[in-house]
Parts: sequence; C-alpha cells; structure tokens
Amino acid sequence: MAFHFPKPTPEQSTTTADAGLADSHHHERPRGLMRWVLTTSHKEIGSLYLIFSLTMFFIGGIFALVVRAELFQPGLQLVEPEFFNQMTTMHGLIMVFGAVMPAFVGLANWMVPLQIGAPDMALPRLNNFSFWLLPVAFTLLLSTLFMPGGAPNFGWTFYAPLSTTYAPPSTTFFILSLHLAGISSILGAINIIATILNLRAPGMRMMDMPLFVWTWLITAFLLIAVMPVLAGVITMMLMDINFGTSFFSAAGGGDPVLFQHLFWFFGHPEVYILILPAFGIVSAIIPTFARKRLFGYASMVYATASIAILSFLVWAHHMFVVGLPLVAELFFMYATMLIAVPTGVKVFNWITTLFRGSITFEPPMLFALAFVVLFTIGGFSGLMLAIAPADFQYHDTYFVVAHFHYVLVPGAVFAIMAAVYYWLPKWTGHYPHERLSQVHFWLSVIGVNLTFFPMHFSGLAGMPRRIPDYALQFADFNMVSSLGALLYGASQLVFVLVIVMCVRGGKKAPAKAWEGAEDLEWSVPSPAPLHTFETPPNFERPVH
Amino acid sequence: MSGGSYYVPETSKWPILGSLALGAMMLGSGVMLVHGAVGMPVMLIGLFGILTVMGFWFRDVIKESRGGLYDDQMDRSFRWGMAWFIFSEVMFFAAFFGALFYVRTFALPWLDGEGAKGVASLLWPDFTASWPLLNPPDSSIAGPTDTFSPWHLPLVNTLILVSSSITLTVAHEALKEGLRATARNWLAGTVLLGLCFITIQGVEYYEAYAHYGITLEAGIYGATFFMLTGFHGLHVIIGTIILAVMLARVLQGHFTGEDHFGFEAAAWYWHFVDVVWIGLFLFVYVF
Repeated sequence: MAFHFPKPTPEQSTTTADAGLADSHHHERPRGLMRWVLTTSHKEIGSLYLIFSLTMFFIGGIFALVVRAELFQPGLQLVEPEFFNQMTTMHGLIMVFGAVMPAFVGLANWMVPLQIGAPDMALPRLNNFSFWLLPVAFTLLLSTLFMPGGAPNFGWTFYAPLSTTYAPPSTTFFILSLHLAGISSILGAINIIATILNLRAPGMRMMDMPLFVWTWLITAFLLIAVMPVLAGVITMMLMDINFGTSFFSAAGGGDPVLFQHLFWFFGHPEVYILILPAFGIVSAIIPTFARKRLFGYASMVYATASIAILSFLVWAHHMFVVGLPLVAELFFMYATMLIAVPTGVKVFNWITTLFRGSITFEPPMLFALAFVVLFTIGGFSGLMLAIAPADFQYHDTYFVVAHFHYVLVPGAVFAIMAAVYYWLPKWTGHYPHERLSQVHFWLSVIGVNLTFFPMHFSGLAGMPRRIPDYALQFADFNMVSSLGALLYGASQLVFVLVIVMCVRGGKKAPAKAWEGAEDLEWSVPSPAPLHTFETPPNFERPVH
Repeated sequence: MSGGSYYVPETSKWPILGSLALGAMMLGSGVMLVHGAVGMPVMLIGLFGILTVMGFWFRDVIKESRGGLYDDQMDRSFRWGMAWFIFSEVMFFAAFFGALFYVRTFALPWLDGEGAKGVASLLWPDFTASWPLLNPPDSSIAGPTDTFSPWHLPLVNTLILVSSSITLTVAHEALKEGLRATARNWLAGTVLLGLCFITIQGVEYYEAYAHYGITLEAGIYGATFFMLTGFHGLHVIIGTIILAVMLARVLQGHFTGEDHFGFEAAAWYWHFVDVVWIGLFLFVYVF
C-alpha cells in the first residue's frame, strides 16, 4: 500500500531533531531505573515487554535443553524422572505465557500506535500495570522450582487429576501466578482493542489498517474471550485442591474430562493467540521486500476473522482419545479441517505477493520466508492430526510435539524474530548487523529443523512424549534432535549479540528504513522519538 | 476524532505498586493455603495495598477528569475499556455455567450408564443420576440433605436485584436531567437494595451450611452452587461498593447531565451482575 503523508507539523518537526530535546515541553522525567518502572510510554513499555520476553525465552530454552540433554541417549543419565517432568512443564508454561505472548504484546505496544497514528496506547497507566504484573507472576512461577515437592510436573496442559489429586503442593502457587499472568493479558488486550477501535488517525477506516493491527485486534478479542475461562478452570482446580470441591473428581459427581473441555476451550483459541499476530507480521514484511502491495488484503482480514471464529469450535480435537461420543469426534474433526481453508488463503496470498515481486533477502525477509515454508509444514501435520481415527495413533507421541513446535518455533518465534529485525531500525535508529543476522538466521533454520523434523519420525514410530527414557530404536532420532536443540539454543546468543550491537550503534537508518515499506510507522524518524503523533496525522487512502 | 488533545499521563507510581501488592496478595494466599496462617500478614498487606492503590489511582483519574484533561476521545476509550472488561467477566461466568451444564447433561448421566460407551458406570454401579445431586457416586462424599426452594429467599433476592436495576436506571435518568437530589435518592436506594441482597445471601449461606448440608465438600452440587453464587455475590459486593462511591461523587457534585461516565460504567456493571443473577436463578435454583 502506498500512503501519502502530510508534511510534519512544526511541533513534530522539532521532535525529529533530537529525541532528548523533544521532551523539553513536558515535565521532568525520572531518570535511571525509575524511568522504566513508572513509565507510561508505549515505546518504553514495549521495550520492557520485549526484554522480559527474551529473558523468559532463554530461561524456557535452558529448561528445554535439560530435557534434550536427558533424551540425548536412552536410559536415565542426568536428571531424575520427577525433575524431567518439571522441566517439560515449566518449559511449556514459560514459553507460552512468558516468552511468546509477551513478545507479541511488546510488539503491539511499540507498533500499533505507530501504525495507526495514535499518540500512545488508549490507557497508558493500565498498560504499565499489565507489564509489571508479568515479572511478579513469573517470579512466583519460577519460585515453585525451589519449593518442597518441586515445581508443577504435570505438563503445560495441567490435566486433572494429575494437577489436582496427585499434584505437588506448589500447584497452588502455580495457579496464583497464572492468575496474575491472566490479569495482565486481559488488561493488555482491553488496552489494545480500545487503542485500535478509538485512536486511529482521522481518515483511517478499519479496512485501511495494516494487517498487524488487524490480526492484533482479533487476537485481543480472543484473549478477552478465553483468558477468563482459563481463570475459571484454574480457580476450580484451586478449589478442588484446597477446599474439597468435586469439579474434577467423579467421586463427587464431577468429571476429569470436564477439565479438558474447559482447558481446551481456552487452549485452542490460545494457540491462535500465539500465531495470529505472526500472520500480521509476515503480511507486513513480505510486501515490503517483494516491493509489491499485499495480495488479497480483504481476504486476509476475513481469513483471520474466520480462523478466530472457528477456533471456538474445535477444542475437542485435543481430546479424540478421551472417550467422546462419535458425533463429537466427527464434528470436531470436520470443524478442525475447515481451519485449513482460511489458513490456506493466507499462505496463498503470501506466495502470490511474492510472485513476480522484486525480492531482496534482508534478515527480516529471510525469517518471514522461512516462516511461510516451515509454518506450512506444521499446518500440514496439524491436518494429519485432525483426522480423528489417525489421531488415535499419533496422540501423545512425538509427532504431536513435532507438529506444535513447527507452528510455534519456526512459526511464532521466527515471526517475532522477523519483526525484531524489521523494526529494530525504527526502535534504535540503526540497522542490525547484516552478516551476523544472516549467521543467526541460518544457524536457527538448521537447528530448528534438526531438532524437530526427526520428531515426526520418532513420533510415527510410537515414541511417547513427556517420557525421560525411551526404547533403543528411537536413539538416533533423539540424538539428532538433541544436537539440533543445542545448535538452535546456542545460535540465539548471536541474536542477543545482534540486538546489543544494534542498540549501541551500527549503520544509521533513515525514517523509511526499508525501501518497500509503506505503513505509517515509517513516516516518523528513526529512532522513533519518545512522543509521536501527538497531533494525529491525516491519513489519506492510497489510490490504486 | 479530536485534534491532538488526547491526554497521555506522564508517569505514575500506582501501576508498579499495584502489581507488587497483587503479587504479595497472591504469595500470601498461597502460603496460607499450603503452609497455614503464616501467610496471613503478607496476604493482608497485599490486599490492603491493592485497595489503597486503587483508591489513589481512581482519585488521580477523577482529578484529571474534573481538571478538564479528558476529551470525547478519552471518554470513548473508557467506554470501550469498560465494555470489554464486562465481556471478560461474562466469559469468566461462562466457564462456571459451562461446568454446570456439562455435569448435568453429560457427566452424571454417563456415570449412571447412559451413552454408547457406558464405561463410567462401572465405577459406581449403584449410582443413580439426579439433579440436584443429593447422593454423590462415592459414599465418602456426603451430599446435601435438602435443597432450597427457589420460591423463598432466591425469589426475594431476584425481586430485589431486578428492582435495583430499575431504581438505578431511574437515578441515571434523573442525573441526565440534572436532577441531582432525585438521582441521589434513587442511587441511595439502589445501594440499599444491594446491601439487602448481600445480607439475604449471607443468611442463605448460613442456612446451607447449618441445615441443608450444602457445603463446598458436598459433591458437585455444592461445588457449582457455591462457586456460581459465590462469585456472583462477590460481584454484588464490589458493585455495591462502586455504587456507594458513585453516591459519594453525586453528593460531591462530580457529575453533570452530559458528563458522567463513571456513573454509567458503574450502572453497566450493576446491570451485568443483575443479568448473571437471572441466569443463576434459572439454572441453579429453578431448573
């Protein structure tokens, strides 16, 4: 899309000169640590979210490496099975709630106001509250590792009765920390929705919004719809554990399967919460580096909305082996397969955007292209899992692990990395180091595929997930996976190096850092000054 | 859209203090549940802290509003914020209603042997499904001895809460007309009705434990009964506090006929709590 921007107003022009001077007409701002603690700036809060997410990414990654180290060879070598279970559980919880979700919220904080021409988020103080709940929540969650009986050990899906009747005492703390993270998510989502609906630049209609904004609008709706259901189900767990209720105990007339229904009613929209913003990011990057308008903008919007609506109707495909009535198996199988249609529309549109484009392969584009290929592999294994009778074989094997890691790691995580490389010039005023970024990309791509591709085979051959030991015939696949994981993990140190170097210096970036980039954020200087769009820009619809 | 008058607060210490207080409250609650009363001070500090923070935070917002810092666009941000917050509350209650419907429609009949699979019935062959469930499957769990008639206290409470929605609407209309004294009187009446509801609910809880054997431990009936009515009751308490604050603000003359979103948000919340009660009355008490 080609937007035409008005000349900056005199006030905006002064802010372009020097970010520091731009503050002069505001109050004295706190310095040092307090600046970050008390801030209401969407940019500073966005940075806080991203730094927090990166920290959690490494903590969750270390837990994953403990798992992979134990699985390097058959037999028990490094950790007790009990601790192994804690590692798989904490890895999943940290990565989902601590790394990927906050990363997307951080990107939304930084970019949504810039992309719609808003001065800040709609409710800036609430925004700061949403962020600071997270360090509190995850300190509480991580502290369970040091409690008697150890951390939660029942997998990130925390199925009852493993997580109620047979759970370690620390489960209560896990529930309370998840409540805090949930409050943070709900308040953050309310803020994002209010911002998008109310703070768009004059003249910008809904169908003029960049797709990252659209996907986040729909993601925020999903968050507000399902995080309270998660709050409900963990509250029932809390009551079952501490107050003798029978929600998930058949002895009192409840049902452990009820837990799974409630959890997955949250859990399935949750996995789209983890991927929809990624779709938005890729839909921004591919047109930029293909130097073509995004193919099928409207169909992208409708496909995103369809995925969101369908996500409420497919939850029981996670429960095909639990003993559902036949009609439920069939309904959830077909409903799940329907999701392939809007997802296919998206992949088609990305590829068609590339078709006959003038493509260059800057670091963000490399990650976006890898996303399209590798996410699609994960999508297809999802389609295989959707076939109920086949799922009876795949269920709880490494095939499932391969599937969701393909959609989450080269899916969500690669999109986040693509977004970081894409917008770093806007955040820091410098381009990321090209050579090192490429090293990071290739090591990551090789590492990810070495780690997760063999899991398809070990899974189809019958290797169960969440088991610290395994039969000899899976040894080679597991050794490859473990080596790949080590490579992928280590290569993220290059990512940190690139980011640190980019913050400290590097090739200067102009306001429009990428030749083919068209959205509103490229009309403000790089680095973006602390205050942008204090006077809303006049948005003019592109003429095609 | 307004032209550049959107108010962005500079810095605030309430968010960080609020999250620390909430963290202390959670930590203290966890210690209380797992290790006993030693967690109580931390929990209380956290609870007191978050209430204090909310007080000061809202005070700041009221000051800014009265200082004329907010424009129409800010007003719309608050409206969207409140509307989506109430939607999140709807979904929270939906989880508990969903549990109730699932248990009544599927779990209990299956335990009784209904359905194609029919395996669950092997667990307790003598179990007979019924609702309200007076005899939980396992004999170790004592069910309720009796259940409430919906046409006594629950009906009274229904009438009280529906009336309170009407009195609140009258107060709102009066406020819009600029009739402050009328608004004050009807709002005070609404707060009073809220207090009546809470009192009657308290009496019912006492009756449940003392004479009906309906307890949290009394199988799935007690669990769903107390969690649904309990969270609703908590929301009535919060709603009554909010309305009381609005009453104080009406007395202070904070609202004009055009500009009173604080009042309106409180009214939205109160009507939502009322609608949830209708659902409770129908599906927890009557059917």
